[in-house]
Amino acid sequence: MNVAKLQEIASEIRGRVIANSHNTQTPHLGSCLSCVDILVAAYFHSLRINPQKPRDVERDRFILSKGHGAPALFQVLAMRGFYPEAMLDSYGQDGGILAEHPPTPDHLEGIEAATGSLGHGLPIGLGMALSARINKKNYSVVVVLGDGECNEGSVWEAAMMAAAQRVGNLMIIVDFNKWQGTGRSEKVLALSPLVDKWRAFGWDACEVDGHDMEQLVKVLSQDKTSDGKPIAIVAHTVKGKGVSFMEDDNNWHYKIPSAEEVATAHKELGVRT
Amino acid sequence: MRNAFADEATKLGMADTRVVLLTGDIGNKLFDQFKDKNDGRFLNCGIAEANMIGVAAGMALSGLRPIVYTITPFTTTRCYEQIRVDACYHNVPVIIVGTGSGLSYAELGPTHHSCEDLAIMRVLPNMTVLAPADEVELRQCLRAALKLKGPTYIRIGKKGEKITPKNDDKFEIGRSITVKEGSDVCLISTGTLLPIVMEAAGKLIEQGIKARVESFHTVKPLDEGKLFDVFSCCPVVISIEEHGRIGGLGGSIAEWLARQDRMKGRLFLFGTDDEFMHEVGTQEYARAKYGLTAENIAQKVHDAYDKTTQ
Repeated sequence: MNVAKLQEIASEIRGRVIANSHNTQTPHLGSCLSCVDILVAAYFHSLRINPQKPRDVERDRFILSKGHGAPALFQVLAMRGFYPEAMLDSYGQDGGILAEHPPTPDHLEGIEAATGSLGHGLPIGLGMALSARINKKNYSVVVVLGDGECNEGSVWEAAMMAAAQRVGNLMIIVDFNKWQGTGRSEKVLALSPLVDKWRAFGWDACEVDGHDMEQLVKVLSQDKTSDGKPIAIVAHTVKGKGVSFMEDDNNWHYKIPSAEEVATAHKELGVRT
Repeated sequence: MRNAFADEATKLGMADTRVVLLTGDIGNKLFDQFKDKNDGRFLNCGIAEANMIGVAAGMALSGLRPIVYTITPFTTTRCYEQIRVDACYHNVPVIIVGTGSGLSYAELGPTHHSCEDLAIMRVLPNMTVLAPADEVELRQCLRAALKLKGPTYIRIGKKGEKITPKNDDKFEIGRSITVKEGSDVCLISTGTLLPIVMEAAGKLIEQGIKARVESFHTVKPLDEGKLFDVFSCCPVVISIEEHGRIGGLGGSIAEWLARQDRMKGRLFLFGTDDEFMHEVGTQEYARAKYGLTAENIAQKVHDAYDKTTQ
């Protein structure tokens, strides 16, 4: 799929996520919007997956470790064909299975791990990547982390073990939107230099513009490293990306858009309301 | 028990290539056989237990059968949220083994004691909780746990635990083993206290009290059928565990009892006090401090029997 088409899909996903936040009165909009391009590049371009065979043992695994980005992930999985889009109507509804964080794989096709409590996705992904070695499979594992999530010690425990075990089929992408729940991620806990940190932990690290689809497609499609180093991509992103009045405003971590704000956002994104 | 664990894990690994052993940087040389016979399926995860549980869950989600092994507090309380979310919420077959449970490592101080593990493990949905009495039960527990679809916690001792001979060699998770018949009192034991409980039963018989002994190697799911039988027959029922009296085997039996209509048996809980043990001592010293000796158990059971049957 070409870059222009991927960008179009990303705008469409953003529009749906914003409408969903308003319709269901649920938060984490800013966090969803910052990782949409990463999700689209992965699911519509790079991952070797087949929605018709969601449990194929050879498939690549993708874990959204920053589970509060679930509203974006649910839209992406539906559009990619893992389940009917009509299922999204049950999001946040009494008796439904689509909560504000991803459910377990047993409960929703396309989900590899239930996340929501931060710092869990990378250890689980590492276990899956090591399993490929033990089971003699060729798949890769991609884990998306939030920058706030990098506060969690378990992230760095996993980082050290992945480097020690030379798990070359493991890639992380940090959705580096510079914010966490209540403040600048750099100020809450000293995060920088983030790329150098991953390098110091033994990873092959690089940084990209996390909204530049061309760059994302390129880094996500790279082969396993020849020296067995796991790969860390620090993706510079903007919280609330795509809507002028949401961008880099951390109030949208929890704020719910009004109907008027949804309409304005859709206009800016060039999608139908 | 540690050696039996390593030996049984090695055999299981050889029989089933899905078996992977993860350790938290303990057991120097203990697993040489496993490594030798099961190439690439032993991983020292370092002193990073939260990650170790997550890795195990990831492996279980990929079709492997990971067994996680380290000292009990570090494989339970240290990484409790990972156990809850990664293993139990996903309901995957991760076997978590805590070694040196209860007061096995009394000399090392309260950081290494574990008198809360049964309580916190059994409240987790999907979790099976096992506390084998000796290496025979441990081997049976491991083999049976490997057949389960969900997570299992197995609390074991350290070394030199006495093996209790039994007539009943049929092992099944959730089915207690009647080690000794009796109708006056029933001593329900879990874990490695069984030889002491048997000794106490012997003393009671000398005193004219017919003591039945049950080995509850499974704390969850409880053998409710056996409990019904025991509480219907014996006027005095005592739970005995090297664990706090809050929330362990005794606590779970008390919860069960509260759901029944009036039963003949009255329940007494024996276990450790709700405190950290600040004194240094051997496991024997620590057990004695909390009354977990054959003499003391026999005496207290005798008193309870007299009081109840007067």
